[in-house]
Amino acid sequence: MSATTVTSAVTSADTRIPLRGHLRHTGALLRRNLLWIRQDPESMFDALLMPVIFTLLFVYVFGGSIGKALGGGQQAYVQYVVPGLMAMTSLSMAQGVGTGFNQDFNSGVMDRFRSLPIGRGSVLFAKIAVELARMLIATAVLMVVGVLVGFDITHWAGLFAAVGLATLFASSIMWVFLTLGVIMKNAQSVQAMGFLTLFPLQFGSSIFAPTNSMPGWLRHFTDYNPMSGLADAARGLMNGGPVAHGLWVTLAWSVGITAVMAPIAIHKFRTKS
Amino acid sequence: MTRIDDNPVGGGHAVTVRGLVKHYGETKALDGVDLDVREGTVMGVLGPNGAGKTTLVRILSTLITPDAGRATVAGYDVVRQPRQLRRVIGLTGQYASVDEKLPGWENLYMIGRLLDLSRKDARARADELLERFSLTEAARRPASTYSGGMRRRLDLAASMIGRPAVLYLDEPTTGLDPRTRNEVWDEVKAMVGDGVTVLLTTQYMEEAEQLATELTVVDRGKVIANGGIEELKARVGGRTLRVRPVDPLQLRPLADMLDELGITGLATTTVDTESGTLLVPVLSDEQLTAVVGAVTARGITISSITTELPSLDEVFLSLTGHRASAPQDTVPADAREEVAV
Repeated sequence: MSATTVTSAVTSADTRIPLRGHLRHTGALLRRNLLWIRQDPESMFDALLMPVIFTLLFVYVFGGSIGKALGGGQQAYVQYVVPGLMAMTSLSMAQGVGTGFNQDFNSGVMDRFRSLPIGRGSVLFAKIAVELARMLIATAVLMVVGVLVGFDITHWAGLFAAVGLATLFASSIMWVFLTLGVIMKNAQSVQAMGFLTLFPLQFGSSIFAPTNSMPGWLRHFTDYNPMSGLADAARGLMNGGPVAHGLWVTLAWSVGITAVMAPIAIHKFRTKS
Repeated sequence: MTRIDDNPVGGGHAVTVRGLVKHYGETKALDGVDLDVREGTVMGVLGPNGAGKTTLVRILSTLITPDAGRATVAGYDVVRQPRQLRRVIGLTGQYASVDEKLPGWENLYMIGRLLDLSRKDARARADELLERFSLTEAARRPASTYSGGMRRRLDLAASMIGRPAVLYLDEPTTGLDPRTRNEVWDEVKAMVGDGVTVLLTTQYMEEAEQLATELTVVDRGKVIANGGIEELKARVGGRTLRVRPVDPLQLRPLADMLDELGITGLATTTVDTESGTLLVPVLSDEQLTAVVGAVTARGITISSITTELPSLDEVFLSLTGHRASAPQDTVPADAREEVAV
């Protein structure tokens, strides 16, 4: 074990990491995050149980009365709420990314990573990729439960388009939670901040109920809330109906949030002392 | 034995630090630090909590940037060439840590891959280092189940994956029981035997004496002494003789007498009125005998006499005339906490 071997790894003046290097680093970090799940299977409970509980709660508690208002019954509400729950799941699962990231900082693992010659982006991308995978699992569970309680998918291609849109939105909003994870002192505060953003977005939207009975001032908010956009677009894509407005609202928010928050998250991550 | 030379990138120096400054608000974590670590040596950085030791290591590992001054490691500038620098360092610290949720083997394999080893090489390196640090049995268990000593050994193994030219050990045995501490010391000595340059921070004179060849003493962000460990030990008194006269009123006259005789070490004799003892620095067995002889000749009755290595406190007392600053009052023990946004 000699000290000279290491210099062979130094690529002279070229400090850029080749793409293959980034992929290798991200892969190693992905493996780490997957091993976490194997080591601690309970960490998957939220992804597996939340969609089940929410679907059953909303369908059987509110389904009757809101369904009547929709001009049908409980079945009409299933058709309405399952795409909405897909939007809700994407945001709820995205929120978890900040907590885990914050724990890495506090446990000192992040110092180890930051003292290694890897691109700082690798750490962020690996985290996002694993959380997106968790989100997709949660979405799959949701769709299975949805179909079991009677959800009818009219357009299968639309289902995949809706999932793609939800994934896009989740990956953009994750930059916000990653930033919180970097700048906040502990995981509890990250989680608290997460819920504070979560609730108004999810409930002040068309996820659970149509917005036409809401007061005018609130409708200004709900109409341009990305949660409404995502829920409405998912409804249109899977069941037919208007898609354009929801699609544009979701796309605009996803691109806007990523453009603003990704550089901020990366900067905060780089300069964190 | 001059350690500070004028050439900032002097040959043969693995680490060169010039005028390094890092302030956290009012707190001067580093206030103009100079330091040179020659290749293949172990530099001990000795100081109390809040002296700036960890800040120094964090700057030299590119985790934070200095406010002023410059530092190079293996010829790479900490600010301008962080990526090359990260290839040649290993870090074992109070903070830089392994992933507790992952098994030992997975931790080492992951770091190997992050250091661009091939899958095969990363596997082989993980096996090899686990074997070397006697962790093969525990390879598949999550690090959270490891004992304190096993954790530190895994930390050391992790920092050795990339065969670093320079290794930082930031208080490697803080919080360990004496037996485990000896275990870690043995591992570090073996690593030094392989020719790696080590920068070791510690609060314990004993640890510095065990591991370091040269020593830099820091306090409140400033270097207050540096030199070969023998030289510094001599300056603070290679050993400390603790003499307790039966009559505390004899403390002062006894101290004066010993200083007049000039038979003690380089530092002067100190009176510790709290414990009613006299701290006499001695460099050799001859001096020790002479001191005992002088005390006896004076006809002073003593109730106890012990020898000990100088503690950090005594080192400070000898070098600065004041005790090591109480970090809780003046400097936050963990400056990082203070600046987290």
